[in-house]
Order: sequence, then C-alpha cells, then structure tokens
Amino acid sequence: MSPHVKHLRPLTIATLITFVAGLSLTFFYAPIELNEGFVQKIFYIHVPLAIVSLCGYVLGGIFGLMYLRTGKRVWDMRSYCAIHMALIFSIGGIVAGSIWAKAAWGHWWVWSEPTLVSYLIVILLFCTYQPLRFSIEDPERQATYAAVFAVVGGAFVPLNFIVVRLSVQYLHPRVFNLEGGNLPGSMALTFYVMLLAVALLFATLMKYEMLAKETRGQTRRLRRRLLGDENVAPIGRSAAPL
Amino acid sequence: MTAAIELDGLVRNFGERTVLSGLSLSVPAGTSLAVLGRNGAGKSTLLRILATLLRPHAGRVAIFGRDLPADGWAVRGRIGLLSHEPLLYRELSGRENLTYHARLHGVGADRVEEVLAAVGMARRGDDPVRSCSRGMVQRLAVARAVLHRPELLLLDEPKSNLDPAASDLIEPLIGRSSGVTRVLTSHDPEAALAEVDLVLAIAQGRAAYLGPPSGIDSETIRGLYR
Amino acid sequence: MRVAWAILRKDLTVELRTLETVPAMAIFTVATFVIFHFGLQRDSLSGQLAAGVFAVSLLFAAVLGTNRLFVAEREQGGFDGFLLAPVDRTAMFLAKSAALFLYLTVLEIIAVPAFGLFAAPPGYGGALGGLIVFLLLVNLAFAILGTLVSAIAVHTRARDLIGPIIGLPLQIPALISFAIGTGKLLAVHTVGPGEVLPVHGAHHPAGEWLLVLALYDVFTALLAYAVFDFLLEE
Repeated sequence: MSPHVKHLRPLTIATLITFVAGLSLTFFYAPIELNEGFVQKIFYIHVPLAIVSLCGYVLGGIFGLMYLRTGKRVWDMRSYCAIHMALIFSIGGIVAGSIWAKAAWGHWWVWSEPTLVSYLIVILLFCTYQPLRFSIEDPERQATYAAVFAVVGGAFVPLNFIVVRLSVQYLHPRVFNLEGGNLPGSMALTFYVMLLAVALLFATLMKYEMLAKETRGQTRRLRRRLLGDENVAPIGRSAAPL
Repeated sequence: MTAAIELDGLVRNFGERTVLSGLSLSVPAGTSLAVLGRNGAGKSTLLRILATLLRPHAGRVAIFGRDLPADGWAVRGRIGLLSHEPLLYRELSGRENLTYHARLHGVGADRVEEVLAAVGMARRGDDPVRSCSRGMVQRLAVARAVLHRPELLLLDEPKSNLDPAASDLIEPLIGRSSGVTRVLTSHDPEAALAEVDLVLAIAQGRAAYLGPPSGIDSETIRGLYR
Repeated sequence: MRVAWAILRKDLTVELRTLETVPAMAIFTVATFVIFHFGLQRDSLSGQLAAGVFAVSLLFAAVLGTNRLFVAEREQGGFDGFLLAPVDRTAMFLAKSAALFLYLTVLEIIAVPAFGLFAAPPGYGGALGGLIVFLLLVNLAFAILGTLVSAIAVHTRARDLIGPIIGLPLQIPALISFAIGTGKLLAVHTVGPGEVLPVHGAHHPAGEWLLVLALYDVFTALLAYAVFDFLLEE
C-alpha cells in the first residue's frame, strides 16, 4: 500500500459505524420537528455536508501551502483530493439545503440567508479549480498554480463569509436562523454524531481517492519499466496530479 | 579555484518524460563548452537550468560555487542568456528595451550606448523592435545578454539569423575572445567545435561524449543528429 | 522600488504607444451604461440601483484590463528577462498592480462624468467626494486581485476564460462593499416637493462599508504578496 495512505481499513469501518449510528439517530431518535415535519431531518445531512466541505476547502488551502513550502508532490495530491471531495460534498450540501429551504421557508433559494449566499460564492470560486488545472499543461506548473489558487481560496472562505454576513444584516433584517443555535438535547446529539460521520466520510473518501491516484501512477511506472517508455501511451491531458 | 559550472547527476523531467537523466560535468572558469545533440535532446533545457530559469529535479547544479536553485539570487546578475527568443518587447525600441534591462540590472545609461554601438545598432536604436529585421533583433538580443557584463554566457545558437559581417561584429562580445566562460549550442556543430575547449554531446538525456573537441570525430557527430 | 518603477514605466510607455487597454476599457464601460439604460428602461437611476450599475460596469472593465496585463510578458519573453535579473520578484507584483490601478483611475475619469450624464442620479454632485474615496479603494482591490488572477491565468491555455471565472467570485466582497457603500451615498430622501438632497450626517452610513472595503484591500494585498513569487517560478 502507498506510504501516504495509512489506516484505511480502520477508518472505513469507523466511518461505516458512525454513519449507521448517525442515520439511526436521525430517523428513530431525533424528534419530528413540529413546524417543519419529517423533511426537517434533511437538516442532519446538509448542515454537516456544508460544514465539512468548507473545512475541506480550507484544508485544501493548508495542503497547498505545504506544497509551496516543501515542493513535495504528495501535498499537491492531498490538496487536490481535499478540494475535489469538498466540491462534491458542497454540491450535495447545496442541493440538500435547497430542498430543506423549500420545506422550511417555502422557497428553493433565499438571498437573505448569508450562510447560503456566501456558500454559493465559495462554490462558484472552487468550481474553477479543475478548469484551471486542466488548462495548464506542465505538471509542475499545474501543481504550483493550483496550490496558489488553493491558498487564496482557502483564505477567501472565511473572509467572504464575514463580508456577506455584514451585507445581509445591513440589507435584510435577520429572519431565519440556519445554525439553530439552541437545539434541544436529542437533536443536538444527532447533529453532532452526523457531523462526525460526514467528517469521517470525507477523510475516508479522500484517502481512497489518493490511493487510487497513487496506484494509477505506480502502475504506469511499472508499465514503463516493463514495456519501455515508447510503448506506453503518453498520459492524456489531466486536471489531476500525476 | 572553483569551477564556473559544476553538474553532478543533474536530472530534469517534463511530466513523465525524462529530458536530462544524470548529467555530470565541470567547466573551469574562462573556458568554452559546446553542447551538441539533436532537436529535443535537452540542450535548451540545460541552458535554462543554468540560467536559473528552470529548477533541477535531482542532482547538484552549482554556478561559481553557489548551489541552484537555493542560491540562484546570488549568481543571477552574473549570467547572460541569449536564448531562442530575443526577450525584447516588440513595441519598444532597441534603446528603450536595453534601458529597461539596464534598470533591472542596475547598469548605467552609458553602458546601453556602449553595447548598442558595439552591435552596430546605435543608428537604428530608436526603431521599434517589431520593425527590425531578424538579424537586427538578434544583434539587439546579444546586446541585451552582455549588457550587465556577465561572467558566464549561455548562448543558444548565437549566430542564427546573422550574416558573416554581423557575426564578426558580435565576436568580441560573445566569442572566445571575450574571455568569459561560455556554454553554447549551435545548428552548425563543426563550426562550434572550432571555438570551444570542451564538448558535451547529449543523447537520451545522458552525456554521449564529454571531452576536448579533438576527441570527437565527425562520424560521431553525424551519428548524434541521426 | 526602483525596479518596480522601471517595470511600471515600461508598461506605461507601451500602453501610451499602443493604446491597447485603457481606451478599450473606457469604451466598454460607457457602452455598458448605455446597455443598462436599455435593459432597465430608466432615464435616471438612484440609490442602490445606480450604485449597482456603476459597480458592475467597473468590474467588467477591470476584467477587460486584467486579461491584457501579463500578455506581453508571456509572449515577448518579459518573464524570462525579468527573472534573469538579480531583483526582488515582488517588484513585478507592485508594478503590475500599480499599472492596473492607474488604468482603472484613468478609466474612471471618463466613466464618472459619463455615468452622471447617462444615469443622472439625483444628488450626484454632492456625493462625488465620497464616491471618489470609494473608487480609490475599490480600484485597489480590483488591481491587487486582478494582478494575482492575471498572473495565474496568463500561463493557462484558455487564459481569457480562466481569468474572469476565477476573478469574479474573488471580487464579490469588494463589489458588495462598494455597491452598498455607494448605494448609501447615492440614496436620496425627499425634503420638499421636487427637492432632493443627498444623505449626509456625522455618522455617515457609508462609512462602515469604506472600512470593510479598506480591510479587504489590506487582506488581499497581504495574501497576494505572500503567494505571488510562486507564480513567477517554473
């Protein structure tokens, strides 16, 4: 197994157990919310997805910084996988969140909720990560530029939240509270278990992606050694690190 | 005395492809090295690494005893690069281009006039580069490369586009008589051999020959380009 | 600083000679005002609407200027020439953002009167002082982020596309503070029949947005300063 991917099996099992526990709590333990009914339960999915994906972006930025400091390709790989996963999670988060918003507020989209709006801006920004990588041919330059992008994007996440929150407070009186600051105990427990489960899922999937990428690289190296450089088709243009 | 250039196991990849795989050599100060090899052999890559524009992927590269890329800042002002591209802005005149580079290198305006005159471009110095012929552009590029009096010249086909008269004109600047350490590539290997002390022939990323020009025969040279 | 000045002088010389960037930006902005007039079907704009139209037009013009910023360096070997010199890499960042800042400022010398002419916001003259302060700060944000994004985009194949799609989301916080702040400046309250006054007071409501914008400038400048050197290496 790759030297960079460790503890994959225990991590996978832990993710599975926590997820089953979290979903059981969601459906059988947490009370049905009085105003919103059963649909409210999607709250236990989309908020953890959103929180974890935002942390994933910031993590991608930190890994990018590590790449710039050390020049080691594995950091580029980590940064890429973190942002890739975060993007998938945040698409899930925004779709689930939109369903919840329809159920809770009667609209698929609300501009008066700063968390939602700034989340959208962050997604828009990180959607350009893959196209950026894809359009730089030289792999080394691709890694460096992607790392710079990741650092800027990672720092942009919290800053953007502050500015958007300020603006929404200014333009709209605050009506909704997405965080649900004072959840009753049973709901809070369910929420935190689900948050942990989604975070573990993020870590597991990220590690699987890294493993897959590294295995692919290893296979190519072996093929090149066995068959000779000329007989292995050159790698196509790719957004992913080698 | 430290050598002007020292390479030890230099490796440079481009993506999955290895361009240079383990070059080792030492060039004493004041001598000239010709780098031979067919297109894509890695001649220009080697020059760009020596010019601190590309970083080595493995091995040691030292210029005037300073390791690259860590100490690149220390040797940058002592290197002159004449590459395929003239590194001149088309909209600016030759004089303006040289003045700009003089400012970057902290060189005075009188030196600009000196090199302009030396390459025979003093009179045409105010024409925008885009209106200059290729030979004139090449002469300006030579002027740019030697503007800051570099101790190491990296010359990528220095005489391309130059007629014999112009070649003679720039000879004291970048030729053997300039007395500085030189690394040069050439589209005309036979002519290059006549003006160097050392020859490096690159094939498959490695040194196919390294030694004095007398030790390499024309048959081997032709084999390189086959 | 000496080196940054040399690069800036070179860039301004080229711009004066070719007139490639600033006139295009100016024409584009004025055309956008006219487009907005037809899109909105209003003879005059005020408050948030006026501020929004102005801010968006400026942002688009900034994108236009950003696209061209490093093209000559890339295509005519300017990067290599600069990297061969024993100078601090940050000089390139300073010079390029200063150039973009100047381009935007010159553009606004045309755009501000043009906006007054075409959109005719009530109380425009009174709000001009505040507007200029806002413009200087938003130019700074546009210039800093524009330089950073342009340096990233110029080495990509589809640089005209990559630049704007990365740049626009990053500029949104600056756009928000500029649009709301100037929206306050251009807001009017009717004093008597037909008589309008711009909002003024000791606690100017636009003030805090000036602060947000200034903080965003500082933050982006530090960020760009920290990462810019990496964009010049190969």
